[in-house]
Amino acid sequence: MSDRYELRFSGSGGQGMILAGIIMAEAASIYGTKNAAQSQSYGPESRGGASKAEVIISDQIIDYPKATAIDCMLAMTQEACTKYHGDVKEGGILLVDSDEVKVLPEGKFRLLKYPITSAARDELGKTIVANIISLGMITELTGIVTHEAIEKAVLSRVPAAFLELNKKALQIGFERAKTLK
Amino acid sequence: MADRKKKFLQGNEACVEGALYAGCMFFAGYPITPSTEVAEGLSVRLPKIGGKFIQMEDEIAGIAAALGGSLAGLKSMTATSGPGFSLKQECLGYACLAEIPLVIVNVMRGGPSTGYPTGPSQSDIMQAKWGTHGDHPAISVTPSYVQEILSETVRAFNLAERFRTPVVVLYDEILGHMREPITIPAPGDLEVIDRMRPECKSEDYLPYDEKYEVAPLAPFGAGYRFHVTGLNHKQDGFPTNDSKQIGANNLRIMSKIENHKEEIWKNDELLLDDAEVAVFTIGSTARSARFAVLEARKAGIKAGLLRPLTIWPFPEKAVRELAKRVKAIIVPELNLGQMILEVERVSGAACEVVGINRVDGEPITPMQILDVIKKYK
Repeated sequence: MSDRYELRFSGSGGQGMILAGIIMAEAASIYGTKNAAQSQSYGPESRGGASKAEVIISDQIIDYPKATAIDCMLAMTQEACTKYHGDVKEGGILLVDSDEVKVLPEGKFRLLKYPITSAARDELGKTIVANIISLGMITELTGIVTHEAIEKAVLSRVPAAFLELNKKALQIGFERAKTLK
Repeated sequence: MADRKKKFLQGNEACVEGALYAGCMFFAGYPITPSTEVAEGLSVRLPKIGGKFIQMEDEIAGIAAALGGSLAGLKSMTATSGPGFSLKQECLGYACLAEIPLVIVNVMRGGPSTGYPTGPSQSDIMQAKWGTHGDHPAISVTPSYVQEILSETVRAFNLAERFRTPVVVLYDEILGHMREPITIPAPGDLEVIDRMRPECKSEDYLPYDEKYEVAPLAPFGAGYRFHVTGLNHKQDGFPTNDSKQIGANNLRIMSKIENHKEEIWKNDELLLDDAEVAVFTIGSTARSARFAVLEARKAGIKAGLLRPLTIWPFPEKAVRELAKRVKAIIVPELNLGQMILEVERVSGAACEVVGINRVDGEPITPMQILDVIKKYK
């Protein structure tokens, strides 16, 4: 299993966690040289409820598309953090949005906190790009894909009118993650 | 150089690519989770190439319209999930007896009834064979990877056209919604089969001509007038009470598949040559099984995997031969034991047959399978 790198993006339905998973997987497999599989789980509601996307990155064929021992997890809400942090492996990273996650879980993982939603709101005026800031942070923290690959993947998935906004969001992510290292 | 695009696609999107590659020009259906993206994708793509997409008032109308599209000469498809598949059963039987080529995609979700729309399941395996009444032929293909959803959808169209029969593409919610990088094949990379058309004069045309195992099918509107009915019929398509004809017709719709099982079967084998314990499974569960088998090998256990890409007709030959060589066949499936009944029937007392079952909307994990494999160390 050591040839698998596992990521989980979790939050509330509508926060763009599944899109974040797709972009990370495309960065690895289409704009990078690795194999990737992305899967998701969500409830019948289209907004709200705990939502998660998982990405497995490997140099080999990916069989089981779901996470087994997570290397890096993002939690954008308290509910998602509480519900999903249990699979983060020893020494893995748990990045939480400290605007939302107040009750911090305990475990043998590296817990990193950053006010992601307020950074999106205060610096870019749009909380909708919190997921892109998160992608920048995770790229910087894990090094699992390159800056170039994640940027290409983000820009290929967002509407043309919002390219600059998303580029900035990604840059903010790269920079803020450095302060957590 | 041929144009082969690498794309990062969802299983349902790959199904759309497969349908278009095969030449599908007509889709009728009624959207239902977790198959909706198949209809959504074709609603965008078909009109651009002169094809037709129609959302009907319900699932029954969806398959009925698709049958009409096929009779009019277009390769046709419908897509659904468990509750919708139940509704389509009457028309599925109609397609078997009236011998109408059709591809039906069933992205399996938790049942029974409305069940669990966003969770995976493999509980329609028996329904794909026995859902409609009467003795009838059944072909179902079972991909495990996003790339395979594309290629197996193409194969489903080929089988439907070749044998003038409905073919079910059966996969689960995990595969329908998960994404993987895939390569879109260039024209010519995959075989594409078109139905046989009549060459005779219209007045000589018999839609169920006994001279053929599978008779040529004329498109409605091209000058060939013929009758299509769900009643047992004569060579000209009109109903009959002649017991000789009824018997012969019922046997022929079965034997046209039965006699060609070897070309319909398709199995993927992993490390079976020296295996002492084998896993037999399909769909996303086969991905967990591959993981488990490779882990077992690392631990020195001689495990292997038999993964059928055609579940109906059931791969009797491969299972019978496997049963003679191994101590046990493990059958993990996301239901309470459907495929295992076939594995038991075919393997007889030749080896132990053990099920692993799950119906809580979660996948069977590699570890669950590995734990059972370890018992045969």
